[in-house]
Order: sequence, then structure tokens, then C-alpha cells
Amino acid sequence: MKVLIRGGRLIDPKNDLDGKFDILINDTTIEKVDKNIRETSDTIQVIDATGHIIAPGFIDIHAHLREPGYEYKETIKTGTMAAAKGGFTTIVCMANTSPVNDNKSVTEFIREKARSEGACRVLSCGAITRSLKGEELSEIGEMYEAGIVALSDDGKSVKDAGLLRKAMEYSKLFRLPVISHCEDESLAKGYVHEGLSSLINGLEATPSIAEEIIVERDIALAQYVEAFIHLTHISTAGSVEIIGRSKKKYKKVTCDTCPHYFTLTDEATLGFDTNTKVNPPLRSKKDLEAIREGLRNGVIDIIATDHAPHESTSKDVEFNIASSGISGFETALALSLKLVHDNVLTLKELIEKFTVNPAKLLNLPYGGIAAGKPADLIIFNIDIEWTVDRETFLSKGKNTPFHGWKLKGKNLLTMVDGKIVYRDTKAIKG
Amino acid sequence: MNWGKKDLLGISELSKEEILFILDSTESFKDISKRDIKKVPTLRGKTVITLFYEPSTRTRTSFEIAAKRLSADTINISADTSSYIKGETLKDTARNLESMNPDAIIIRHTMPGAPHMLARIIGSSVINGGDGAHEHPTQALLDLYTIREKKGQLDGLKIVIVGDIAHSRVARSNIFALRHFDTEIVCSGPPTMLPPHIETLGVKREYDLNKAVRNADVIMMLRIQKERGGTSFIPSTREYSTLFGLKKEHIEKAKQDVIIMHPGPMNRGIEISDEVADGPHSVILDQVENGVAVRMAVLYLLIGRES
Amino acid sequence: MKTKVLLDKKAIERTINRITHEIIEKNEGCSALSLIGIRTRGIYLANRIQAKIKGIEGIALPVGVLDITMYRDDISKLKSPVVQKTEIPFNINNMTIILVDDVMYTGRTTRAAIDALMDLGRPKKIQLAVLVDRGDRELPIHPDYAGFHYSVNLKEEVLVRLNEIDGKDEVVVVRSE
Repeated sequence: MKVLIRGGRLIDPKNDLDGKFDILINDTTIEKVDKNIRETSDTIQVIDATGHIIAPGFIDIHAHLREPGYEYKETIKTGTMAAAKGGFTTIVCMANTSPVNDNKSVTEFIREKARSEGACRVLSCGAITRSLKGEELSEIGEMYEAGIVALSDDGKSVKDAGLLRKAMEYSKLFRLPVISHCEDESLAKGYVHEGLSSLINGLEATPSIAEEIIVERDIALAQYVEAFIHLTHISTAGSVEIIGRSKKKYKKVTCDTCPHYFTLTDEATLGFDTNTKVNPPLRSKKDLEAIREGLRNGVIDIIATDHAPHESTSKDVEFNIASSGISGFETALALSLKLVHDNVLTLKELIEKFTVNPAKLLNLPYGGIAAGKPADLIIFNIDIEWTVDRETFLSKGKNTPFHGWKLKGKNLLTMVDGKIVYRDTKAIKG
Repeated sequence: MNWGKKDLLGISELSKEEILFILDSTESFKDISKRDIKKVPTLRGKTVITLFYEPSTRTRTSFEIAAKRLSADTINISADTSSYIKGETLKDTARNLESMNPDAIIIRHTMPGAPHMLARIIGSSVINGGDGAHEHPTQALLDLYTIREKKGQLDGLKIVIVGDIAHSRVARSNIFALRHFDTEIVCSGPPTMLPPHIETLGVKREYDLNKAVRNADVIMMLRIQKERGGTSFIPSTREYSTLFGLKKEHIEKAKQDVIIMHPGPMNRGIEISDEVADGPHSVILDQVENGVAVRMAVLYLLIGRES
Repeated sequence: MKTKVLLDKKAIERTINRITHEIIEKNEGCSALSLIGIRTRGIYLANRIQAKIKGIEGIALPVGVLDITMYRDDISKLKSPVVQKTEIPFNINNMTIILVDDVMYTGRTTRAAIDALMDLGRPKKIQLAVLVDRGDRELPIHPDYAGFHYSVNLKEEVLVRLNEIDGKDEVVVVRSE
């Protein structure tokens, strides 16, 4: 079965393509990328992408799929459906499931479940330490054999610097990057950012320095042992400054941020809406601007969603005890396109941060559209306006602070391994 | 002025006019408590629930007396007698209470924003009786009423707030209220208890209590909240008392007619000495008396008529 | 909107004179007597009556002000009922009290005023003086002294204007078209 996508503007930073290209897909792989492909056959499916952008499928290096253990929040099936709708063809799920992904049987379970039920490709991130307790290393090698692509104790930092050092050293054996959640526990006792809003709403607050201290520490450690370090969901101006400075002398540092950190500030927490509770917390306007600048000047390499779905009962409670997180797959593209509409990033730069950059970090064969490669691609429109309605989310997690927002830009079709896993039936016929 | 609000969740959402309207209305209610028959039929047939997730004698009693003097029926629910301990969520509790058709619910909670959540869920009027370190609007209103009663006005005064500002809902609500007037607000206390950026609220920071109280018209002492980990911000209560406990020598540095306030209950010998608490400048008991009148006014404005 | 003057300045003066004489006559002099005006216009009428009694009898009767808002039975129907102070600077126990109001209509205001007074003490007697009685009572309450009777139909409203607050003295009937 062949599919021909024609008429669209292809932007593929990895292969340095930007222009009108047709793409011929044969079964699971790309057969040809060229101008005006003339292919006539009775069985060929032709997709008209005129007026839209074609890009390599987006890669999300930071998501929570909740399975196994928290299937009431999300499953691999619903999570990948939401991801596919949002334009993601490959997602990396974090280890904080129950049981924790700290051994190969959990890694295998996720892999097999994703293979049978997943709408898109799921890769997993193994825990650095057993049960995420920060006490002893998990079986990194065995998990690597089972398919993990990175290591992270996401949800908290590895408090013990000596142990983190060992993890960084050991992971070099497999070229696995360590993904750092940066937060000093003793300073991060709050529920919101320490700033003007916390001064007003009286919520216990976490200062920016709680993140920055660990950013500084983890980079120093990585540099000392010459390991890869990736700092995830960076949220403060100070972090951007430290990473920018460090990158000049040490090359193995990368980082990502999430759409909410360049869209919302702590002001959003003033009404005690628990959908604005996220970890790290929404920061000040100054931080938001620094994040946008970091994206613009390239200090921030990747945009990740930190998709963190929750059931309504864990959000319909007092702010202090509400779960942290935002259901992010289905709004990430449109929120990020705002950076393009605001002239912070070019479209090509934005696509880089969702495709080639994350692929490079995790040594993945995805993130580009070229003959012989897996046919992972998306078709999206940058101008279609739509209103976020959490009830239409495919994710089980309806926890979004963007409900009711008018956004510009929408994913219309997602193809994974040559298979159309999501299609906006109104915009894309066929 | 037309009172249009269903709830009283915080001072920060009141305008200057609304604050003054409540203070003016309070005048009339204060007289009732001085009569032989301390009751008017204004809220006859109305039901007022106090829902307290945190121990409190003073505030709850004050609200209860206020409601009773207006002839409302009152029901008290406290955390240790309610099903909260059994794991019922605030949302479920709210819905259950709502089914009993109360007219007002006064909620006190350890967590900021709990009253706001309650108000979003239910149609009855919600009054914030103190939510964590966020707000305690009726306390600020009674404080302003007391200041105005003693000083004749709110403009032109120097008001010093002393203690754990960072964790004090009383301080927050008072600052939000006093900001509307031409006042000089000075916060004093150990640096660990003065939140960063507090100057953005239009107040001054002065660590040295001796300097802070100079020429003060009002000194408002805050309680060291031993029960809420308030002591982890200072080496010891003894040291706190030495540095920040209000003593007679401080009064002498303030204006001659300075008034001393405390939201209660006092830790005598820690934040305030006996001679100050019981001295001629103390208006602490006036605050308690005015508290009932202010709460009567608030109840009347919120549920005295159909919305 | 049509306006008709029922009483002008002179007529109001004459009416108050008559009420004053009736009060003196009925109470056989003025011992243990006090005047309490119901907010707002009852206050000024009470003051005027007090001044006239002083002129005739040489006695300055105590005058009080009553705000009945807290005692109203229709409080929940009012848009913005502003509570004002009740100021009665004397003991009402065993006093004969003349309640003074501008217009008497359903009787509910008077009922509220009586309840309010009862909560303040135990007066010996309560009498009621009004400038205009417009009829249409809903409670079995009647004034002891009524200046002027006027039967109002559905579209009409009686307004009392007094110099102290309105800048002139007159009683008018306003008829909405």
C-alpha cells in the first residue's frame, strides 16, 4: 500500500529541506521525497496537503503515561492517542509508574503494551535509582537491553551527589543520557513560585534558586565525569543563564522547557485554580521572558510537554493537596506556534526543537524525512484557530489551565511507520 | 452604595468603597451588643454554618454570637467532629452542606484557597474565616474599625506590624486593607519571617523593632504560631521575645496615644509583655468587641437580602 | 409623570400645629413623654413637633431617632438596605412614646418600629403620629394623629419633602402614566 502526500510545504531541518515537496510512502518507510512526484496506481492513497506544513513527526522526550499502576489517570492507549492527536510520533515516558520502571520487566511491559495498543511509538526512560528513592542504582544495563533510551528520576532530583555521579559514569557504558529534574528538596517546599503571587495568595512557595542550585550542581558533576547531562523542564531565568554559560565550555549539556513555562506566569495561580499547579511551578514574567529568549538564542534545545494527566478528583481539592501537572499533548503544538506567530522562533527552529534535537539527544533514527527512513510525519496548519475544550481531549487527563483558550495552529494528520494514526477529518480528506 | 457580592473571600477583592461601607454599617450593629436585649430579627429564618478545619475559639464564637444576635440559626462543624477526618473531600462536604440549604458558610481552613474552592462549588454565601497564610478578612475589617474608632480616621497614620508576616493571614489582610488609605505601613520581624518582595505591597521593612515603632500610631502584634511550625524560623522563642517582643520601652518610642493591637490568642511573654497587653494603650479587648459587630455587618450584607 | 401638590409649605405648618395640639391635649400636658422619629423624614417632623411643644408648654421633650431596617419584614426584597444608627439617648422605660413618621401606608413600618422599641425597653405607651395617611393598611395598625388623609390609587405615590433634607416643604402625589 502506497501513500502520496502532495501539495504541502515540507520543513525538515535534519535534511535541510524547506519547500514544496511531495512524499511517497511505501508501507512503513519513506520511498521518495521530491518535487511533483507522478505516481499513478489504483491502490495509491493520495493526501492533499496544500496550504499545510509537513514535518517529521514530533518527538516528546518527557511524558507521563501512568501505566502501569495509575490507569485511572492515563493508559498507554489513551496517552498515545492524545500524543498522536497532538502531532507526536515518538514519546518517551518517565519512570514514575507503579511499579517504577527501574527493572527490565517493567520496561518490557511498557514496550509490549505500546506495541499492541499504542497509537504512536513509545520509548521509555528508566529510573536512575531503585523505586526513585535516591539510594541505590537501578539495573541500568538490563533496562538498556530492554529498550530504555534515557535515565531519569523525574519527579525529584537525585539528592545524593555521589550517587548521581556514579549514575552518570555508569550510564556512559550505554551512551544513555541522564535527564535531570532540577529541584533542591530542602528549598522546594512550596506549591507555587516564590514571588509576587505567592506573596498575595499566601501559598507556601518554592524559589527559583531551588532549581538553579541543582542545575549548577548537575552540570558541574557531568563535566567532572565527562557525561551527558540533559536538564528537563527548565523554568527560570537563572537556569537559562547557567546553562548558556556552561554550554560555552562544555558541549554535553542540553536542556528542554515546556509550553506552560513560556505561556503562563505565576499570576495564573492567583485564583487557586489547581490546573495551574505544576512542578516546577509557573514562574514570574521575567522568567517567562528569559525562557523565550533561551529558546530564541538556542540555549534551550528542546520543547517537551511534561504531559502529566490526572483524574479530576486529584485536582478537585485544595491547592496544597492537588496533584501537580498539566495534560499537555493536545495543546503543545498550538502553544508553541505562538512563538512563531510572535517572531521568537522561525517555523524551522520550532520544528528543530520538536524533531531533530530530541532525536539527537536520544540517538534515535527518527526526526527527519528521507528515503529509507521510517515514515513518521505530521501535517499541520499554522493558522487554523480553535478553542481548547478539555472535554474533547483524547487523554484521560482533562487537567489543563488552557481550557477555553483560543489558539492558532493545529495538527491535522499524524503518520507513524506509514500508518495514519490521527487525521482531522474536516481538514484532511481521504 | 449597592452591595453586590455573594461571598467575602478576601480583602484583596474589596474596593476602598466596599471596605468603608462595611465599616460604616458596623456602627449600627455595635449598639445592639450594648443593649439589654442583644438581638434583632434581621436574619430570622436564615441558617449560618461555621465549618472549621482548624481549631479556633475566638473567631468561631465571634461569628456565632454575631449570627445569633441577628436571629440566624447557627450550626458549628469542626474538623474533629466532621467526616473530614474520615477522608471526605472538601468538595463532597460542600455538596452535602449545600443540600441542607444554608444561607452562609463560614470556613476556616489550614490551606489557602479552600474558601474560594467552596465558593465555586456552592451557591450559599461563603465567608473566609481564615485560610492558611492567605487571608482573614473579618479580622482586618475589625482591626480597621478599631483603628478608626480610636484614631478618628485611617489616613495619615503610621502602622507597624510586628512578627511572622510571611505566614500571617492577619498581616496580609490588614496590608491589603490599609493600602487603600494614606497610611505608612512598616513591617518588622526577623528576616526569616518577612517575605521577599514585601515592599511591592507598598510597605516598608525594618528589622529593628526599636526603629520600627518610632512615632507609630498603631502597633499590631502578630502571634507566633507554635502550632504551625512558626518556631522553625527562629532559634528560640526566648530569643524572639528578646528581639521582637513588645515591651514598655517600645511604647515610649511610639506616639503618646499609640494603640497596641493583637489578633489573639496572645503568647504572653513571647510576642507581648504583660504590662503592654494589659496597659492603657492596649485595645485588644476592643478588637474582640468590635469583631462581633463587624461580623454582624458582614453577615447582614451578604445574606440579609436576596441576591 | 404627573405631579399634584397635596400640601404646600403653609399647609404642612398648619398640619403640624394641629398634630402638636392634639398630642398635648391627649397626653394632658407632656410629662414622661418623648418623641421618636422614624428614619428618615420622621426625624425632622419629630424635631418640629418638639420645638412647637416647647413653644407652647415650655418643656423640651427628649427626641430620638429610630432606624428600623433590621426589623423590616421585607428586608430580603430590598436592593441595598443601608443600615443606619438608632440614636435614642434616653431611657424609654415607662415613657409614653410618640412615634413620628411622614407617610402611613401598609402599617409594616410601624410594626417594625414597635418591635424595635420593645427590644430597647418597656415603654408605658406608644402612640403614632403621621403627616399623611394614604390608607391601604395590611396590618391592624392606625395612627393616633394623622395630618392628612389621602386615598391613593395604584399608579400614585405620595412623596413628602421637607426643607431640612429636600430643600423645601411640600407633599405631592406623583402619578405615573
